Amino acid sequence: MEYIDYYKVLGLGKEATQDEIKKAYRKLARKHHPDLNPNDKEAHKKFQQINEANEVLSDPEKRKKYDQYGKDWQHAEQFEQARQSRQGAQHFGGEGFSGHFDEGDFSDFFASMFGDTGGFRQRQTKFRGEDFQAELQLNLTDVYKTHQQVLKVNDKNIRITIPAGVDNGQKIKIKGFGGAGINGGPNGDLYITFHIINNTGFRRHGNDLHKNIELDLYTAMLGGEITIDTLDGKIKLHVKPETQNETKIRLKGKGFPVYKKDGESGDLIVTFKIKIPVNLTEKQKELFEQLSKLSS
Amino acid sequence: MDNTDMVMLDDFCASHHIEISFIQSLEENGLIETVIVDQALYITSNDLPKLEQITRLHQELNINPEGIDAINHLLKHIEEMKQEIAHLRNRLNFYEDEN
Repeated sequence: MEYIDYYKVLGLGKEATQDEIKKAYRKLARKHHPDLNPNDKEAHKKFQQINEANEVLSDPEKRKKYDQYGKDWQHAEQFEQARQSRQGAQHFGGEGFSGHFDEGDFSDFFASMFGDTGGFRQRQTKFRGEDFQAELQLNLTDVYKTHQQVLKVNDKNIRITIPAGVDNGQKIKIKGFGGAGINGGPNGDLYITFHIINNTGFRRHGNDLHKNIELDLYTAMLGGEITIDTLDGKIKLHVKPETQNETKIRLKGKGFPVYKKDGESGDLIVTFKIKIPVNLTEKQKELFEQLSKLSS
Repeated sequence: MDNTDMVMLDDFCASHHIEISFIQSLEENGLIETVIVDQALYITSNDLPKLEQITRLHQELNINPEGIDAINHLLKHIEEMKQEIAHLRNRLNFYEDEN
């Protein structure tokens, strides 16, 4: 655990007046307030730091103690014992400095100096539990079908149903799976943001899937039947004779499931990329030359 | 109306140390809707997160109901823009994957 410079947290010098502390606190609190910065963990942490700094510096007694020991807070207990034995005075509140210290834990610094309770004003009591935010990374193939998954949220296993068709970046609310309510109030909600990794050869555009299919010149010219992959298995596709390069075929209902609309799916759009043969044999060249003469 | 899914505003005010007049001014500004059951004022648990957020903004940042209304509009606007960014990112990925 390191010494925390509360003056620095509020962007003030040690000579700051109570009015300057109040102004600096209000300005920073408005900037970093969690309700004005939803889902921003950094802002949340910063807001706690600002509150803690204000708690100490706006209270003349706490500020005096903080200023008195400052960077020597680790030796404050010895100083205090010596002072008490000299003056027989009451020792200041708090748990002293014998607690266990975690590296870099801001609140531990506060607790070590002012005690675990320390008179620190907690945020207002709430009826409703806090909302939890979570992120879930899934493959595109995972969200092709509705499935259930067990998530661990705050050491509790919860089983959730992930509907087919969830989009990348989409956020869903699981009602009542946030923090426990207080004084009989309802639980908070759990918000899950999905990060969908495309692990397929398809490109997703809304509910439609796109795929480029290489088509050999002869099938493109003469037509035929080819087999292509969909996310639901292989299907046979009839290719019309004289199919041009970049021709698009729309396969209705073979795309991605529509979110929360059972049985509805987007389309699969296949784009033919005609492959020109290479390394022609003499015979093939001769035949192409004949074709060329016939065409001219 | 069944009041099991509602919170009595007298309880809310006592717990959050706010005056009922504050709730009334929020309702006058169209920020929340209250429900009267058996002559008691309630808020539905669906609207509770919104009221708690408003209360925090008022108590911790000294923002008045008009300011809270403006903040709500801006937060809604930010959320819509975030959704649009996510949508545009997905579209951009679609075109980048093509190349």
